[in-house]
Amino acid sequence: MSTIPAELKYARTHEWLRQEADGTVTVGITDHAQAALGDLVFIETPDAGRSVSAGEACAVVESVKAASDVYSPVSGEIIEGNAALASQPELLNSDPYGAGWIMRIRPAAGSETSALFDANAYQATLED
Amino acid sequence: MPFIPHTQDDIREMLDAIGVGDIEQLFDEIPPGLKVEALAGVPPALGEMEIQRLMRDRAALDAGHLNFIGAGAYEHHIPAAVWEITTRGEFYSAYTPYQAEASQGTLQLIYEYQSMMAALTGMDVSNASLYEGASAMAEAALMAVRANRASRSGRILVPATVNPAYRRVAGSIASGQGLSFETVPYCAATGTTLPAALQAWDDADVTALVIQQPNFFGGYEDVAALTEWARAKGALVIAVVNPTSLALLTPPGQWGEGGADIACGEGQPLGVPLSSGGPYFGFLACREALVRQMPGRIVGRTIDLDGRAGFALTLQAREQHIRRSKATSNICTNQGLMVTAATIYMSLLGAEGLARVASACVRNAAELVGQLASVEGLRRAFSGPFFHESVLQLDRPVGPLLESLAKRGILGGYDLSGDYPELGNALLVCATETRTAADIETYFQALNDVLREARVA
Repeated sequence: MSTIPAELKYARTHEWLRQEADGTVTVGITDHAQAALGDLVFIETPDAGRSVSAGEACAVVESVKAASDVYSPVSGEIIEGNAALASQPELLNSDPYGAGWIMRIRPAAGSETSALFDANAYQATLED
Repeated sequence: MPFIPHTQDDIREMLDAIGVGDIEQLFDEIPPGLKVEALAGVPPALGEMEIQRLMRDRAALDAGHLNFIGAGAYEHHIPAAVWEITTRGEFYSAYTPYQAEASQGTLQLIYEYQSMMAALTGMDVSNASLYEGASAMAEAALMAVRANRASRSGRILVPATVNPAYRRVAGSIASGQGLSFETVPYCAATGTTLPAALQAWDDADVTALVIQQPNFFGGYEDVAALTEWARAKGALVIAVVNPTSLALLTPPGQWGEGGADIACGEGQPLGVPLSSGGPYFGFLACREALVRQMPGRIVGRTIDLDGRAGFALTLQAREQHIRRSKATSNICTNQGLMVTAATIYMSLLGAEGLARVASACVRNAAELVGQLASVEGLRRAFSGPFFHESVLQLDRPVGPLLESLAKRGILGGYDLSGDYPELGNALLVCATETRTAADIETYFQALNDVLREARVA
């Protein structure tokens, strides 16, 4: 059983999003996603300053058996990629909702998150 | 390992399982307009007797000439041991092995090859090889576009002094993927790319600059200045280099401040015979930061469960069996047999032996060019030093002259008038360590005879 924190929002493609107090969002991949990928060996995070559209591939997670794109759940500008993942990709396995975050994004004006799932709805997609 | 083909029943069962009527249907997603039903110019199949005769006749065309053609493929002495070992059954495969448990010998050989190429080019990491030099340059350009995320233009600057065949192949392979190749002109006096020629792109977004050393005319580019221009504006540097010359020249990893980012080229000079143009192999090496954008196989060294050293394919998430359409390249194998020969060749010669070969090339080419340029009606096209080939300009068309020389058993050089019409009647001549003083004298005499006959006629 994977962990799905109730306070986060989720994309069908297994990203999570946390709304921060300063208006930015933090994005990572879910516990389910990290478990399915297996031991992660490399994570390519986006450069700060890059503008991304919702649904755009902007990071890559590579495990011993697969490599997958990570899609931005919102449109906006990348503020920061998680530099710690460069030397410690395993943080994403051990703490996917904490130290294993992938990027922080400043959403563009009018960028919607209402199409994202809440924890229950995301849980339901995993059971399909 | 036996090869067991699928029976018709096996195939039927697999098609039924995925709900497809016949194999052709699997290719339905390719638009009909893009399908080629028959290959023009490919003759019908021949029997063994006919094909043996054909191959013997073709092979005979290669023999018995005194060769002074370079232009990208070079005749070098290959120690007999190289192909004696390479053609052992254990090595006899073009493929890179997936199964580490069954392929330690081949994997170790490729690992040694990669280590030697990394040392020769001064780069951090080499792949297991690509098809040949031209497609290696195209792959390097594609790699540069993926790696240089700050640049959005896909603009690759390619000097006119880069092998014209490489430029055409790169255009064919990469132009459809959004890359644009722009030509940097060369200096008419030196036959090299002057750093000032790059000023036209000072304000442009440039993804990468290609530099060939020695260049197609045999001359030396100012690699430090060109590299530093690119570095200053955030463009990557792709070095196209001759592996033999690297025994003497500054390796790409040390060009200017910081070095080149990617080094590639044709590996044929390292123990692979000319054989009418192939098979050869391409090499590609890069700095470690770019390794995840590198195409092709990479063999790594590791330890097994008992702590013993072993070898396995590594960084495979770049490749198409894992990354599918987003793989770094659709090149999924290497030129294993050619690489085997190159590894044995480099092992036998060593760094010192390769440097002796390179020095002999420089000496012989200087002797050749000096003698030919003293013939009435010929002169050097460019000033400046050169590696093992250089350009001569003639007072008459090159084609008929080469034909007359060929009748006397001499392959007199590469006619440049097609690729470089602005040079007029220009001929690229080459002498490697295999050309003796007597060979050069033979060419000199034959050229004098042919020209005398032509003047009388």
